[in-house]
Amino acid sequence: MQAGSSRSQIALLGVNHRTAPVEIRERLALSGCNLPALQVFSEIPSCEEVVFLSTCNRVELMIASRCLEESRRAVKDVWSSMGGVDASTFQQVIYEYEGEEAVRHLFRVASSLDSMIVGEPQILGQLKDAYRKAAEADSAGMVLNRLFHKAFSVAKRVRTETRIANSAVSISYAAVELAKKIFGEFEDRNAMLIGAGEMAELAAKHLVTNGVSRLVVANRTLSRAVELARQLGGKAISLDELEDALLYSDIVISSTGAPGIILGVDQVKRIMRPRRHRLLFFIDIAVPRDIDPGINEIDNVYLYGIDDLKGVVEVNKSEREREALKAGRIVDSEVIKFLVWMDSLEVVPVIQEVQRKAENIRRKELARSRKVLDSLDPKQQKAVDVLTKSMVQKILHDPIIFLRNEAGGTSGRELLDVANRLFGLNRLDAVDWRVHEEQGGDKERQG
Amino acid sequence: MHKFLFQLTVLIYFVSTAGFLVHVVTLRKDVERVATSVLTGGFVLHTVAVLWRWWAAGHPPFVNLHDALSSLAWAIVGVFLLFQMRYRIKSLGAFVTPVALCTIAASSLQPKEILPLPPVLKSAWLPFHAAICLLSYAVFVLAFCAAVMYLMQEREIKMKRLGGIFKRLPSLQSIDAMNKRCLTVGFTLLTIGIVTGSIWAEQAWGEYWSWDPKETWSLITWFLYAALLHQRITIGWRGRKVAIMTIVAFATLVFTFLGVSLILPGAHSYASWFK
Repeated sequence: MQAGSSRSQIALLGVNHRTAPVEIRERLALSGCNLPALQVFSEIPSCEEVVFLSTCNRVELMIASRCLEESRRAVKDVWSSMGGVDASTFQQVIYEYEGEEAVRHLFRVASSLDSMIVGEPQILGQLKDAYRKAAEADSAGMVLNRLFHKAFSVAKRVRTETRIANSAVSISYAAVELAKKIFGEFEDRNAMLIGAGEMAELAAKHLVTNGVSRLVVANRTLSRAVELARQLGGKAISLDELEDALLYSDIVISSTGAPGIILGVDQVKRIMRPRRHRLLFFIDIAVPRDIDPGINEIDNVYLYGIDDLKGVVEVNKSEREREALKAGRIVDSEVIKFLVWMDSLEVVPVIQEVQRKAENIRRKELARSRKVLDSLDPKQQKAVDVLTKSMVQKILHDPIIFLRNEAGGTSGRELLDVANRLFGLNRLDAVDWRVHEEQGGDKERQG
Repeated sequence: MHKFLFQLTVLIYFVSTAGFLVHVVTLRKDVERVATSVLTGGFVLHTVAVLWRWWAAGHPPFVNLHDALSSLAWAIVGVFLLFQMRYRIKSLGAFVTPVALCTIAASSLQPKEILPLPPVLKSAWLPFHAAICLLSYAVFVLAFCAAVMYLMQEREIKMKRLGGIFKRLPSLQSIDAMNKRCLTVGFTLLTIGIVTGSIWAEQAWGEYWSWDPKETWSLITWFLYAALLHQRITIGWRGRKVAIMTIVAFATLVFTFLGVSLILPGAHSYASWFK
């Protein structure tokens, strides 16, 4: 019954880091095609509105269409063939949402509740880019415009009303946050990376992007140090120069594969006076440890090991989960608001029909009495016209206001149904009803 | 009228302090903004009240304990607002405003009658000497708050308990920098205060230094702060050690200001006013 309705409906199709491996996500991003993906989909005739989102963790397509079934079928055909993913695999990795589910999913994505790292802020920017592209290409219309603006405001609400984005949930990020609580700003701070390892490099990268002024890389093999230093934009030294380098380093990240301790308490104690007691922060991510744990006891020296950082991350993760629940409630309430708006869209054609029908009746009745009316002078004719018009308007005023206000509510559907029957509208077939109405009009008069 | 303004100021400082405490618990930024505005309003009112009292008394409002404490609270709030305008140290308000509130509350408990100025204090030096000393005390109050904050935050990081306190307090570096600024400014003011005092003493009694208890204790306080600053500048002392020393020096300062004045007789004694 609803299939051919004049009302646009929303669907969302996509894959993310949970449903599909990166190879498939890459292909479905359609970056290899000569046409932009957005254009590919907006050329499908039944897809009236299209927004295409592609990030490293997800590829998603939002459409608004009056014939949702047909659009979805067409989209899936186009997508799997253009992406070079066979239909059965495609069906396995893809998720499809319609209506309320689609709205909720988009709101959750925008609020970073669906991200790999919940609360990470990049997704909102990426979503804004996707929407901007669609708006520029004119492929987003009234429904998706409203949907995306709403999604952005939901994301903002979630960010300001919950503490979801406030805490570090990765070890390297936690290390940087910690360093910030010690040093405040990173300008004029020097960092040193001892050894190499994925996590340590990541932490060093974070430090550099956060504005550490100088980075020194120390390694057992100098050539590796030189290469790493080049990648990270730092200076390479050998392990023998470690103690000298400590004099002017403030943040030291260590992750060598050394079997024992490479930095002892005495070494650090010795350098504190020449350092003029400036704060010194050690992060030891190596297993087994590189740095003597006793160093933490020295004044103005702080040492965090991998377990300490893991503890920070765990605490933050559980806080984030609590906050995610709160955010979920915000999203749910906004979804309801959006659906109310969607439903209220449905009432517009009904109101238009009611008005059109009434206007037709008025015209016909005027035409019927034309003989009498023609004998009146133009001024009187005008008065009759105005009189009938205002009668129609006054009679319809309350029902229309009622429809407008109530159609978005829970019983909106039923109400529209009642309105259709009450006014004798048959919206499925716009041509037919005029005939229908004429007959009805005749009957009325006979009665 | 100035008494009414004063009472109103106490009330406003109370509201503002409550605001800063609420902010530090809930971390709501709007509460902090409101608390700061309220405090600024209170400060303006306080300024009017102090000037009014000065005009009503015909002499600077520094000579009895009520006036000294009230002016000190005024200076603390003023220095704090000025400092925050420039440096914006997170959660500092929650530490400074309670001190200011206690000071003004203590002031409101003292007898507020305006007594005639003893002839010995009638001098153009009185406002300079007393105001500069009070200002230096206010700056040292800020240094004291910074030291307390430092010790709290340092402990959190050292013990690896990164909970609520860790989140709410600023970075170690910024608190330490604040300590340094306050010590430098406070020490300069204290030095000027002592020098003006001794010049005044020479004019009033013909002696620069008479080892009056207040003078002795001021000198002890001055030496403590001097030593602290010296260690900071020459050896690069900082952090915990400096914070602890700052608190010790501040305790001496409190004794110099209140203890000596109330307990020991002398030219600076507020005690003499109650006899």
